[in-house]
Parts: sequence; C-alpha cells; structure tokens
Amino acid sequence: MAGISLRKLRKTFGTLTVVHDIDLEIADKEFIILVGPSGCGKSTTLRMIAGLEDISSGDLVIGDTIVNDVPPKNRDIAMVFQNYALYPHMTVYKNMAFGLELRHSPREIIDKKVNEAAEILDIAHLLNRRPKALSGGQRQRVALGRAMVRSPAVFLLDEPLSNLDAKLRTAMRAEITKLHRKLDATFIYVTHDQVEAMTMADRIVVMKDGHIHQVDTPQALYDRPVNMFVAGFIGAPQMNFFPVAVARGGTSVRFGDRELPLPARLSEALPPGSADRACMLGLRPEHFHERLPVDVDPAMTAEMDMEVELAEPMGAELHLNGVLGGETVIARVSPRCQARAGDRITLIADLSSAHLFDKKTEAAFGN
Amino acid sequence: MSIDAMPAPAALKRPRRRVNWGLITTYVIVILVTLTMLAPFIWMISASLKLDRDVFAFPIQWIPENPRWENFVEIWTKIPLGLFVMNTFQLTIIVTILQLLTSSFAAYAFAKLRFPYRNALFLAYIATIAMPWQVYMVPQFVMMRGFGLTNTLTALVCLQAFTAFGVFLMRQFYMSIPDELCEAARIDGMSEYGIWWRIMLPLSMPAISTLTIFTFVTTWNDFLGPLIYLTKTEVKTIQIGIRMFISQYTQEYGLIMAASVVSLIPVLIVFLALQRFFVEGIASTGLKG
Repeated sequence: MAGISLRKLRKTFGTLTVVHDIDLEIADKEFIILVGPSGCGKSTTLRMIAGLEDISSGDLVIGDTIVNDVPPKNRDIAMVFQNYALYPHMTVYKNMAFGLELRHSPREIIDKKVNEAAEILDIAHLLNRRPKALSGGQRQRVALGRAMVRSPAVFLLDEPLSNLDAKLRTAMRAEITKLHRKLDATFIYVTHDQVEAMTMADRIVVMKDGHIHQVDTPQALYDRPVNMFVAGFIGAPQMNFFPVAVARGGTSVRFGDRELPLPARLSEALPPGSADRACMLGLRPEHFHERLPVDVDPAMTAEMDMEVELAEPMGAELHLNGVLGGETVIARVSPRCQARAGDRITLIADLSSAHLFDKKTEAAFGN
Repeated sequence: MSIDAMPAPAALKRPRRRVNWGLITTYVIVILVTLTMLAPFIWMISASLKLDRDVFAFPIQWIPENPRWENFVEIWTKIPLGLFVMNTFQLTIIVTILQLLTSSFAAYAFAKLRFPYRNALFLAYIATIAMPWQVYMVPQFVMMRGFGLTNTLTALVCLQAFTAFGVFLMRQFYMSIPDELCEAARIDGMSEYGIWWRIMLPLSMPAISTLTIFTFVTTWNDFLGPLIYLTKTEVKTIQIGIRMFISQYTQEYGLIMAASVVSLIPVLIVFLALQRFFVEGIASTGLKG
C-alpha cells in the first residue's frame, strides 16, 4: 500500500516560498503527473516526496507513516532524473545493481532482477557498456531500469523525456505507460509538456507559482478547466480568449459590436446581477469550422471573419493563425481548407462548447 | 533536375599557398622559451659530471671531456644521502596522502552538502591562501616547539596535511559533477561517506592527480620548512641535506649538482606517471597551467 498524502506541504528558501501549503491525495498505483510552467514548484514538490529537499512545513505521508524526517533510502521510492544521473564510472549492469548491492541483496537475486529489467527495457545487450557509450534513449532506459530493479512502491520521474528527440519521446511515452501497467506501482511524474501529461496520466495536477490550480483526469481538465490558466495551459494549440461582457440577462455576451449566444450551462452558472460583467470567452481552436457541422445547433454558432496571418499545415489538419475581432486566434480546420496568409476567411464558431471566465478572478463559470 | 542534367563542375582554382609568418614567429618564440627553460637543467646535468673547478668554467662546456661519474657514487658516501632520501620519501608520501584525504573530504562538504554559513566558511578558509607563510612562520614555530615537535618530521606533517589550495582545487572540480549523481546515490541508499568514497573520488581522478603532483613536488622540494624545523642530521630531508656539501671554506658544486639530479628523479617519475590526468585536471578545474 503506497498511497501518498501531501498535507499543507510548504517549501521556503529563505524568504521565498516556492510551494504554498499544497494538499494532494495520490492513490496507490496511480499514475499522477505534475505539470506547469518553469518555476511552478512541481520539481520541488517531487524532490520533497523523494526526501531530497527538507519540508518547511506540513506533512508528507506515504502509506500510513509521516515520512518528513525519513531519509530517501528508507522511503521505498526510486527516482529517474532529467539528466539520468547514471554513475559514469560504472557499467550499465553495475549502475542497475548498485542500489540492491547497497541493500546487501544476494548476488543471484540481483542478477535475476537486473537481467529481467534489462529484458523488459531491451537493454540486455548493453549491460557491459559504460553510460558514455550509450545514446540518449538507451541512457533513459538504463535510468528506468535502475529504478525498476529496486521494485519500489513509488516511482518518481523528473522530466525524464525532456532530453530526448521528438520521435524517441513519443516512443518512450508509450513505453513508460506500459511499464506503469506492468509494474503495478505508484508513478509520480513531473513535466512541463502538457502533451506528456495528457497522454500518460491517470490524473494531472496543474501547478503555477507554487499553488495547485486543478487536479483531475486529462479529459476533465480539457473539458472543464477551473480557470483561465488551466484552460490556456492544457491543450495544444492553446485555447483562444475573447474579452466579452454579459448581455441579455446572461443568455448572450457582447464581443465588440456583436452579440454571441451563450449555452444554457454557462448562462445558468452566472451569478445574479451579472449584467455587463466583464468576462473572457474561451474557444478551443477545434471549435472554429469552415462550414456548419451537422451535430451543432445553428442557434449556438456565430459567423466570424478572420484575417489569416499564417497557415500551418500539420498533415491531418491545418492551423490558421490570424486576427479575429482584434484578438489573435488559432483555428484548427480541415487540411483541405484553401486559406493562406493574407486571406480573409469566414469561420463558424461553435459556442455550445465555449468556456466563460470572470475577467477579474479568471475563475470559470459552469465547470 | 536529375543528376544527369546537372552541368559539369567548372575546374576549381586552388589559391597559392602563402607563407604563414605569424605561425613561424610563434614557433620561433616557443622554441626560444623552451630552450631558456631547459638550459638550467642541462647545465645542472652537465655540472654533475664535472670537477668543482670546471663547473663555472667559461665558455660553458656542455658535454664534459672526461665525465666524472664518480660524483654519483661519492654523494652517497660523503653525506648520509640515503637517509635523507628516505626521510624525504616518508614526509612527502604521508603529506601527500593526508592532503588528498583532507582536501577532498572538505571539498565534498563545501561542494555538495548544505549547512549554515557554508559559503562564508569557505571564503574565510580560501582567504588564508592570500596570507604569506612568512607572516605566521615564527608564531607557528613557537607553537610547534611548545608541542615538543621540533626536529621531528611530525611537525612538518602537521603543518602541511591541510591546505586551503587543495580544498579549493577539489571543490571546483566537485562543483562540475552534477548534484543529481549524489542524489541518485542517496536514494540508492548510500551514506555521505559512501558517496564521497564510491562516487566522488573515482570521478575526480584528474583533480586528484593534479593535487598529487602539486603536493608531491612542493613537499619534496620544500627547503624553508625543513630548514626551520629540522636541524638534526637524522631527520633532515634531501633538500637541506645537500647543503652539507657546502662548508665554511669549500663548496662541492659537482656533488651538489649530482645530488640535485638524483633528487629530481622521483619528481619526474610522479609527474610523468600522472601527466595525462594532470593536463586534463588543469583544463577541467579551470586553472591556468
């Protein structure tokens, strides 16, 4: 049993607080990903769980024990570092066996575990090499193998894929997800790449400036972000925002000199007395269409003109970057769309999928 | 356009090679500097094979007509040179080992451990490099005399076992080793002593070789320290032992030079053995050679 509780966990460096009293419950065998921009405190949180940083206040509970003062080696954890941290003077075998040797495991058990891990990770032929003779992807596998042989209850991974090229990163993403299923252990993974977070996690923790903004499943985060930060951070290309004011008792919003309809779930979520309230309307790039889709209620759409500044063909889709009503937007349309830079194109915005945020607090309505 | 359709390349012109005067000047300067550095050594070897009266003969006879190989036999019989060599070896080896241990140990703490006032303490320690030994030589001697350590090699061992320079050199090297290696080792279950011994030391061979050479050469060649502390013949080191060839009325330069050549051999061996790491160490510790 290796559920983990972070209770009012805080980290300060001198007068600077980098993690602010965060609470988080991580279930046993869960794959949880901490995501956020640089400096949001995600790595510091992971390092506190690992025992590499002192906890300034609050409690860290692994299983049913408060481990604030337990040294890293006694926390039943293994960690994979961003730069792999393989011992350069030891062979791959020795790197993987080292943790077990320090725990005085019998030679035959060490041998069995290292060979098993090497088989799973497809590095059996590299066991006698030194790390410097390995490629980035191979080093990454050795680092994973070193963590695996210890059979820890919790795996901590600190941006393990950020040094790999794009193709290898995609492949390793799938490998790590499979590994999680196979090993049946708790994974806590830190990344700044929201694609990694979306594709791998059971639940994602979105952090900014040392605060947790939202904890939820990837799809829930995408569909129901609690504030503008989460809405903008999750999803690529990111959500488009338009400054609007609530009109007609909350059934629509004013955007410039136009009125756009609001779906019932948003108008019902607006508090009483919201007339003229300054808000931000959020529309994801895929909610702009060249022609009306069959499954969308025409009453919940609005035609909008866009000046295309850049068209990025992605193969399966086309990203149009441009200006719409004075705002910079990105629309994701069919690759067959002929619009190119300098064109003016009319797009249909599907407002039934829109998000609405308070301009001042940035909190979402209706989620 | 297919490959066949490509036009044939025009005949390439090769520019005439010009004489690189800059490079030639650099070589000439480097050769001159090398000769200037080597000349005293060659003179010493040449003088070690001469009679006293021929040593300062001018013009210098670089290759003696009748080399006096006996000089190299006499030095062992005229003074107890064997004893001096043994003393020097004993002192140098103990000091070198102790310096390596204390320096790398302290450097590990300064580079990889977090404790209050770490940087202030390090700065204060490093600042002692700026203090010339001559300033505190006398009070140190008085202190050692108080401990009853004059005329013992222990006095010199005590004085030279700790060095701010060594700590500085090792710390700079340790700083270049990623912290994550220590952290990985901590998670693997190693103690701080274990990390120092099994991770940091094996990875710092260039810095260790550099410090070994510096310490070995300095201690082996040290003249002033032994001159102050060692007056009895039984404990003298080779550098002050050689002075016994100089008496009130005679200076046996041939023998002095022969003994100097002998005393140079261990330094040369250590340097040549560790030279490969030394060059690497100088480069990686950011020190200018």
